[in-house]
Amino acid sequence: MKQERSLWQSLVVRIPYAWLLILFLLPFLIVLKISLSQSAIARPPYTPVFDLAAGWHGIRAFFAALSFDNYVLIGSDPIYVLSYLKSVEIAAFATLILLLVGYPIAYAIARTPPRWQAVLVVLTVLPFWTSLLIRIYAWMNILQHDGPLNGLLMALGVVKEPPVWLSTDTAIYVGIVYSYLPFMVLPLYATLQKLDESLLEAAADLGCPRWKTFWLVTLPLSSSGVIAGVLLCFIPIVGEFVIPDLLGGSRSPMIGQTIWMEFFGNKDWPAAAAIAVVLVCLLVAPILVHQNQAMHAVERD
Amino acid sequence: MQSAGSKRDFAPWADPTARPLLRIEGLSKRFAGFAAVDQLSLDIYEGEFFALLGPSGCGKTTLLRMIAGFERPNAGRILLDGLDLNPVPPYRRPVNMMFQSYALFPHLNVEANVAFGLKQERLGKREIAHRVADMLALVKLETFGRRKPHELSGGQRQRVALARSLVKRPRLLLLDEPMAALDSKLRGETRFELMELQRRLGLTFVIVTHDQSEAMTVADRIGVMDRGRLMQVAPPAEIYERPNARWVADFVGDVNLFEGRLGDDGLSVEGTAAGRVRVAARAGAEPGQVVWAAVRPEKVRIARAPPAAGSDNSVAATVVDVAYLGDTSLYKLRIRDGSQVKAAVANVGPPAASALTVDQQVWLSWPPEAAIVLTR
Repeated sequence: MKQERSLWQSLVVRIPYAWLLILFLLPFLIVLKISLSQSAIARPPYTPVFDLAAGWHGIRAFFAALSFDNYVLIGSDPIYVLSYLKSVEIAAFATLILLLVGYPIAYAIARTPPRWQAVLVVLTVLPFWTSLLIRIYAWMNILQHDGPLNGLLMALGVVKEPPVWLSTDTAIYVGIVYSYLPFMVLPLYATLQKLDESLLEAAADLGCPRWKTFWLVTLPLSSSGVIAGVLLCFIPIVGEFVIPDLLGGSRSPMIGQTIWMEFFGNKDWPAAAAIAVVLVCLLVAPILVHQNQAMHAVERD
Repeated sequence: MQSAGSKRDFAPWADPTARPLLRIEGLSKRFAGFAAVDQLSLDIYEGEFFALLGPSGCGKTTLLRMIAGFERPNAGRILLDGLDLNPVPPYRRPVNMMFQSYALFPHLNVEANVAFGLKQERLGKREIAHRVADMLALVKLETFGRRKPHELSGGQRQRVALARSLVKRPRLLLLDEPMAALDSKLRGETRFELMELQRRLGLTFVIVTHDQSEAMTVADRIGVMDRGRLMQVAPPAEIYERPNARWVADFVGDVNLFEGRLGDDGLSVEGTAAGRVRVAARAGAEPGQVVWAAVRPEKVRIARAPPAAGSDNSVAATVVDVAYLGDTSLYKLRIRDGSQVKAAVANVGPPAASALTVDQQVWLSWPPEAAIVLTR
């Protein structure tokens, strides 16, 4: 009876691993394999194709045909390097803006009387009730040449000529900050809400003015929320496709647009796959560094 | 007022020329319609260990938080060294507080916690290190400087909190239930340590507690609070021996109350459940007024034989309940009108000899000096 139960238990524990294996590792291996292939006018549009019918000889021929040509291409053509840099730059600045905007919002919610906090949190995530695509189309409308934003600016006399918003980096930032704000606010709120008010009083009691208490007590104690918010925003923004495609220009694409272009424009699946693999490696690196530091911190304590 | 019952030769409150360190004048604080602190006035003197004692919700913590600057009074003034503290923000007050939760900074180690307040004063690195080391030695935590708060025991955390609030050498140290989180044995030891520390440093301490034995142990004077008001302010022995109200007598220790009318000579309470109760000290009340004679349980004597006929301060009783506490035994007894009287007897004789059993018929008596008259 006991053994049966432990079998059942181990099965339950393994289900998430099976999930990760089937839905994450396996697709990644397929993408990795495609990235080592060559583009071809065929179906599927690359070679070699794994063919078990050809037997041992076929398997050897398959591995012999794989190459790193696509990675050499990505490294040698500046269009890809620039695209990566552009993505990282936009993600970095957008995350910084999100932190500067999101922190005060999260702080204000956490300091509101408890019965209002739930309402404010719901309001924060309310935009999710509408499709992202619809919200971005709404921003296209707001930002267009004769749209409400320029109308307002003209009416207030802030500008004489209506400025161009669409197809600029500014529009990308507006769209990204707007769309990702809940992902920054929620983890920050979760840590700030747990912050013990008596710690702030203790700091004041020991001679610390309020602004200094923020730097010495509040910010260090909310660092886990800051890290969570930054990772939750930075990583998906680097690979963001919809927002830059609809609001940004085509002159210097972000990496998501480049992948789309290779895949659907050039029909070059292997190159698109290679770009995606490099992107995954780039994004996994900061997470590993952070985890490593967190482990060391635990060991030190 | 005489300084009866003070533990040391220290009674500045009895000296009319002495200037108080802290003067509280007509202080009030209202929360949503109810008065947490109600027109309270109090003087506390330099070097004094003052205890605010009261049940939870009596406003003692609110009073402490107003002195620290975390709550703003609705009316009244708080003067420290003659300076009105009202416009002074908490971070500029020469007052430090030890929090009930200790409020240690979890991200800083013990040394950094203690140094926190000194860093705000922009002292030199060496002076800070020196004072932190001295303070950690004083609370016997020299070897724990690098530990984080979560790596310490409750008692050690309590001493870090104490060190952190003392290191700034405050004019006034406020302690909010400093021993509430300790287990009872540790609490007993810590009381004496705290008292010794206060005497050695010569600082002024104001402690808030709901534990009467804690207040009695550490304090030079106790202020007993109820519903935002100070009921009585006096040294511990005076609070216990001469409470000024039934509420105080009942809150500080146990008491038997006999309701009656003050006799013509002012030295007896007539017509109580225990008959006429004679008292030694004259009370400030009119003859015929309704008053209460208060007798502490340990002053009640239990006899197995009836007293001489017609003697005062004695009443027949039946044992209802016996609680054996080791050093003493507590008896609940019923007297003729059905009301209960409590008596505490020290277990000094051989075990079997003094034992009384339930339903046993006994006679209670007490000397006139043991009974005092309460008018409210």
